[in-house]
Amino acid sequence: MNNTYTGTIYGINGPVVYIKGKTAFKMGEMVFVGPEKLVGEIIALTSDITTIQVYEETSGLKPGDIVYSTGSAIFVTLAPGIINNIFDGIERPLKSIAEQSGIYISRGISVDSLDTERKWNTHITIKEGDYIYGGTIIATVPETPAVTHKSMVPPYVEGKVIWTASDGEYTINDKIATIELKDGSKRDLTLAQKWPIRVPRPISGKHPSSIPLVTGQRILDTLFPIAKGGTAAIPGGFGTGKTMSQHQIAKWSDADIIIYIGCGERGNEMTEVLEDFSKLKDPKSGNPLMYRTTLIANTSNMPVAAREASIYTGITLAEYYRDMGYHVAIMADSTSRWAEALRELSGRLEEMPAEEGFPAYLASKLSAFYERAGYVENLNHTEGSVSIIGAVSPQGGDFSEPVTQNTKRFVRCFWGLDKSLAYARHFPAIHWLTSYSEYVNDLAPWYDENVSPDFIPYRNSLLAILNQESSLIEIVKLIGSDVLPDDQKLTLEIARVIRLGFLQQNAFHKDDTCVPLKKQLLMMRTILYLDKRAKALISLGMPMSVLKESNIFDRVIAIKYDIPNDHLEYFDKYKTYIDDFYDEVIRKNG
Amino acid sequence: MGIEYLGLSRIKGPLVAIDGVKGAAYDEIVELRVDDDARTKKLGKIIEVYEDKAVIQIFEGSENLSLLNTHTKFTGHPLEFPLSMDILGRTFDGIGRPIDGLGTIEPECKRDVNGKPLNPVEREYPRNYIRTGISAIDGLTTLIRGQKLPIFSGNGLPHDRLAAQIVKQASLGDDSDDELVVIFAAMGVKYDVAEFFRRTFEESGVLNHVVMFLNLANDPVVERLITPKVALTAAEYLAFDKGKHVLVILTDMTSFAEAMREVSSSKGEIPSRKGYPGYLYSELAAIYERAGIVKNSTGSVTQIPILTMPNDDITHPIPDLTGYITEGQIVLDRGLHGQSIYPPINVLPSLSRLMKDGIGEGYTREDHQSVANQLFSSYAKVGDARALASVIGEDELSASDKKYLEFGKAFEKEFVSQTETENRDVITTLDIGWKLLHMLPKEELDRIDTKLIEKYY
Repeated sequence: MNNTYTGTIYGINGPVVYIKGKTAFKMGEMVFVGPEKLVGEIIALTSDITTIQVYEETSGLKPGDIVYSTGSAIFVTLAPGIINNIFDGIERPLKSIAEQSGIYISRGISVDSLDTERKWNTHITIKEGDYIYGGTIIATVPETPAVTHKSMVPPYVEGKVIWTASDGEYTINDKIATIELKDGSKRDLTLAQKWPIRVPRPISGKHPSSIPLVTGQRILDTLFPIAKGGTAAIPGGFGTGKTMSQHQIAKWSDADIIIYIGCGERGNEMTEVLEDFSKLKDPKSGNPLMYRTTLIANTSNMPVAAREASIYTGITLAEYYRDMGYHVAIMADSTSRWAEALRELSGRLEEMPAEEGFPAYLASKLSAFYERAGYVENLNHTEGSVSIIGAVSPQGGDFSEPVTQNTKRFVRCFWGLDKSLAYARHFPAIHWLTSYSEYVNDLAPWYDENVSPDFIPYRNSLLAILNQESSLIEIVKLIGSDVLPDDQKLTLEIARVIRLGFLQQNAFHKDDTCVPLKKQLLMMRTILYLDKRAKALISLGMPMSVLKESNIFDRVIAIKYDIPNDHLEYFDKYKTYIDDFYDEVIRKNG
Repeated sequence: MGIEYLGLSRIKGPLVAIDGVKGAAYDEIVELRVDDDARTKKLGKIIEVYEDKAVIQIFEGSENLSLLNTHTKFTGHPLEFPLSMDILGRTFDGIGRPIDGLGTIEPECKRDVNGKPLNPVEREYPRNYIRTGISAIDGLTTLIRGQKLPIFSGNGLPHDRLAAQIVKQASLGDDSDDELVVIFAAMGVKYDVAEFFRRTFEESGVLNHVVMFLNLANDPVVERLITPKVALTAAEYLAFDKGKHVLVILTDMTSFAEAMREVSSSKGEIPSRKGYPGYLYSELAAIYERAGIVKNSTGSVTQIPILTMPNDDITHPIPDLTGYITEGQIVLDRGLHGQSIYPPINVLPSLSRLMKDGIGEGYTREDHQSVANQLFSSYAKVGDARALASVIGEDELSASDKKYLEFGKAFEKEFVSQTETENRDVITTLDIGWKLLHMLPKEELDRIDTKLIEKYY
């Protein structure tokens, strides 16, 4: 680092540090503060005062301490070693921090973001004489058994290859190629590149979202699907299962890479992800899930400014893997904590607050974040996507608060968690009436082609029954269910089958935790077939009480446990059971 | 740092400002005296510093300080608490000074009370339960070693008796005979409450395993901001340095948050919700996150913070933010208390997030999770049936709704309710659960695996 210029601290207020007078620092520049060289960032410049936000605890700093420039904006290092790792909010590996400072995280620790000693088995994919552009893949490295890392030319760099290394073992800082730029100068390329976290990485163009991110969670895949490259928000009060839902998607979705950002959340949760994901096997590849996962842990007791940065660190890592042609899914848990970090810093800066003390730029920051998602054509003409799934923790579980409302404007999927469902231990507690997905129509052709043309019509029938149920419940609440006509009683019963047998999903059951689309389709088909046959009986004048003598409804509810995911042929038996039930009722009462 | 400064430039509420100082560091502790009189000694903390000016927050309040005769000395370090095994059995004030007349502590080491964040990769995921002998907790919201599980209560509800019963009955569940160390931190509680806990500890003979930190209702407000930090510094020392299992009771977190609001408003900060400062979440997290288990240490820090919800409102910022940080909550209910049900735990909003990994085969019994889920689900239906009954009358209810009403009543009387000395083991609790579920038809049990129903129904 070239410490070309410095400043002298004038004042300290929590994580905000001031320098008096005109300084040479640049807006957004990364700086080192004080004798312990705490990491900070320049966030405001006037001719009188330079304002720095410090990413570490500032206690012990004194006026008169020195601030050192680094000359570059706050950036992340992008190279092999990111996957199967756990970082803090500014890409410092927590394992290396632990080696230096034990069980607690000390301040001013200087560690490399990625292991610079480790040698990677590198295969060079360019040759002398090639003309290469930003994004061109220059080398591949088996980063983990599940992920092949493709090192690329940094964006905006192009030139003719005049030398390459041969295949072999290289560290991330070894020279592997030299190119001659347009102006005749030479530039060395390594496996690593740097990128400022607040700047989106460039792309060639965006594609419409037409492929779903399959999660294995029934209520998501069928009722409220999200596309690859899509955005979704999961709002919910405490205890409604935001984190559980995020864990389930991180575990079972068909993304290639998962970036899990624990932003201002619990330390034990990050430990749980780390332990679970190291043990659990990816159903597709059989590798531990950690082999496709990166964790960014900025727990609630770690410094607040780094919490603000962690979201950007996460999305920059995601964009880098997208550029290689991967489908990346980001779990941001929770964006509310990030918004609160903005509020806290804004308060320290004595900015004029808007709603509930949040700064007026909350909405523009949120939209800028969610817009970094998308299904894109990369500079190297591969296709990749970044999907963002952001948890929102509304204060008091009230969805009218600013973070939920502003998030709603910029996401296209809304999975609203419901307290009363959570209290009844109905998980996932995503409420079918408040949630929506704008992707259903975009994804319908994909479902028609890849699952079945029946899929979307079935989905619509299910949703219709649930909506009918909710209006019937209003009546039941007033007069009880006994006085309803039999066809409406049947609707309530079928809705119960849908709720318990289909929407409710057990994350701890080996088959039910992740369900293939094919089984989801057959489950819907069975439930709707039951509905059809039962309706026929009702129209013949059979009362609901007679229908309920059979245990067929409960048997259909239990399908999720009784039919293993790899024995979908058992569904044929259920069609027979339903036909038998029909015949039995006719024989006894006909 | 031997320099003493004479005089202050401003005194306002608990905050004082001083000009013309050199080398004052952010978060440093200062000592203040008036007229060289040692009895007037006060401690303060630097909360803002600009060039040669410092703003100091006085723990004991600024009474008696004057602009002219105040002597200020900078100590050069943040607030530290002296630690050794001798702190067991002792009583301290809100900022860690002994008040039991037994003299000072001969320290083995001194620690910064602010602590440092635990590195998530060094944590161990908590999996072992603590048996409290209370059915509603053991059965439905199991307390796990290393967990932070608050009690959300209201004024006049028996949260203190419940906490005391937990302390008396808590055992580590497995065959270890390690004794729990209890750290009791009182923030702004009434004298009677503190005395009640002291007597409880004495009667149950655990007093020499207890460390008490007392900031009573009439003690200085600013001290309260430090009390939980001092207590947790002691807890971390005992757990991670000395390998003890530590149970920390923090009462009442509402007073802590109110103190923060008071100081924040006197600093002139921009408030967020209900006048609380924007950093309330971060401050609460800095306390609650100091629970846990770390690798290579046999000890654990378990927290039971108690907070009284203003106006019994669970969406008030204090319980709300707490719930987002802690691993669940135990919610007390005025309605149940009114029916003389002790402990009046409303199980539906109560939750233990770590429970799923600490129960079941190998820990308690294989059916534990299923029984708990079923009881929750069935009891939620009781609420629906009661709502309906209040509209159309009990007589008009369907047969199954009537069964749920009966089940609800029995659940509250037999499962939730127990006496203050009753210490039920987990198996008894689960068996009561099955007995109650037996009141419902088999097909209503939709959360339990068919095999378990056959075995236990």
